Amino acid sequence: MSETLILARRNLEHVRQIPEKLIDVTLQPLMFVLLFAFVFGGVIAVPDGDYKEYLIGGILVQTLAFGLMGPGVAIATDLGEGMIDRLRSLPIRRSSYLTGHIMAEMAATLLAIAVLSGAGLLVGWGIESSLPEAIGAYGLLVLFAFAMIWLGTLIGTMARSTDVVTGIAFMTVFPLTFLSNAFVPTESLPDGLRQVAEWNPISCVVAAVRTLFGNPTAIPGDAAWPLEHPVVASIGWCVLILAIVVPMTVRAFNRRTTD
Amino acid sequence: MYENLNDTTTDAGIRAEGLGKRFGDFTALEDLDLVVPKGSVLGLLGHNGAGKTTTIRILTTLSVPTTGSATVAGFDVISQGAEVRKRIGVAGQSATVDGLLTGRANLEMVGRLYGMSKKDAAERADELLNRLGLTDAADKLVKEYSGGMRRRADLAATLVSTPPVLFLDEPTTGLDPASRNDLWEVLREQVAEGVTVLLTTQYLEEADRLADEIVVLDHGKVAAAGSPSQLKQRVGGDRIEVTLADAADAGPAAEALAGFAENEVHSDPGQGLVTAPVRAGTRLVEVVRSLDAAGIDVTDVHRRDATLDDVFLSITSNPKVEAHS
Ligand SMILES: Nc1ncnc2c1ncn2[C@@H]1O[C@H](COP(=O)(O)OP(=O)(O)O)[C@@H](O)[C@H]1O
Ligand SMILES: [Mg+2]
Repeated sequence: MSETLILARRNLEHVRQIPEKLIDVTLQPLMFVLLFAFVFGGVIAVPDGDYKEYLIGGILVQTLAFGLMGPGVAIATDLGEGMIDRLRSLPIRRSSYLTGHIMAEMAATLLAIAVLSGAGLLVGWGIESSLPEAIGAYGLLVLFAFAMIWLGTLIGTMARSTDVVTGIAFMTVFPLTFLSNAFVPTESLPDGLRQVAEWNPISCVVAAVRTLFGNPTAIPGDAAWPLEHPVVASIGWCVLILAIVVPMTVRAFNRRTTD
Repeated sequence: MYENLNDTTTDAGIRAEGLGKRFGDFTALEDLDLVVPKGSVLGLLGHNGAGKTTTIRILTTLSVPTTGSATVAGFDVISQGAEVRKRIGVAGQSATVDGLLTGRANLEMVGRLYGMSKKDAAERADELLNRLGLTDAADKLVKEYSGGMRRRADLAATLVSTPPVLFLDEPTTGLDPASRNDLWEVLREQVAEGVTVLLTTQYLEEADRLADEIVVLDHGKVAAAGSPSQLKQRVGGDRIEVTLADAADAGPAAEALAGFAENEVHSDPGQGLVTAPVRAGTRLVEVVRSLDAAGIDVTDVHRRDATLDDVFLSITSNPKVEAHS
């Protein structure tokens, strides 16, 4: 356990040394908050409430989805340079590397969630639900972040360079978050795109977070099943991702660190 | 020292038998036998791709051999990896320090991972930073270090736990001569303290200076092995290299040089180059005189150290003396 903490501290130290890493998960989403809340907010109508209250759930989830980039780049860097060999030649368990890495990324994620919640409160977002529901919302965000961190770690473990990781992250997360209900209600989307958005797991997590925070969800009456049961469906998605990705990551990591 | 190879009291060092490694169809290492008695230095000499890193990775438990077995500090590298890792220090070919930590933080982290207390790790880090001349740069990020400083930081990380067995993969490649000398000195100190060292290099001179025993690897196979003086005997010492004005003179030039050579003279008519391993004390003027007396016009005559290529050249031209393992 103490090995894990020492290695986690190393990763957190990286975040301190390259502030860009932190900016990705704090300043950038803050820009999105301001941009959407004050620039586009006026033209996007949310049937069941105020756009600013609607927006924050979407930005939180988008930020956590992009959160797969940090762990991916970090592990690809360690595997690409000799660092992993140094660690492997020390008398520590090989698994402590992975657990330390995940732990550090989770810590960074918690910070991002806190910063965004604070920013949300400043622009007029609020938690309108009961305490247990609010805790549930944060619990779901943490579960989703955990799944994304593992997914990023898998991509980083299999990638041969950090550029591949950022490439994959941008190519998947941008379309997935924009083709969702993160910024606009799905009802406003043209047919075809609307169906894609409603089945998109991102939409489902966003809707679940909004539901649990008591924010407007703008879920259309005739929405696809996952959007009608967003909380259950989101938990299902996260568990499914973790069930697939965690064993794959461990196997890929062991393979890349043998020979 | 070579006579002691079968001495069983050398178990605390490094011992390998029939070590081999295949990557798919490709054989990177074949049938390597090694014995490095405790407190001695083995130099693994070979060009790029010879199998040096492969050997180090197997001996440091980073890679599993396809054939053979090995022990390090008395423990089996395959079945007792954890015990081996407690007793070794490894400096990989690409410097294996964290660029995003300071030199000090790197060493402290490694110390902590060895189970040292915060205080002990900090003291050890200070000591090593000082020893390797990194005190001024201790609190700078390693990514800002020069190549030489990075190597030294890497060596410091390797020494944190005071390991009895050290593995260094091309520790001086890319270093300027001054840093190279510094590093050699640190290594000699370690050896004087009884540490066993296996280092790889592409430079004959380096192996000669540091190693008690040299194993020459070529395409994964042992091409020659022995003490530096045995190898020298076979390869000869300094080289005199003559560049001919007229490549057709290669034959007569080789004859003229034969008088000074302690081993076979090698001529490369294509390049108009004749190379002779010369006896100690040979004077360059005498060589020039005798070439002149034979009526041979030369554009350049110079003396240089024997290189790894000379080793290979002498092995292939004297196949009889090759066998030694
Ligand atoms: N993981 C690997 N997969 C395939 N081939 C490899 C691998 N590692 C090394 N090799 C090959 O094995 C040979 C020996 O490599 P190496 O031990 O690194 O040589 P050296 O360190 O002496 O330069 C090289 O031809 C190299 O390409
Ligand atoms: Mg190598």
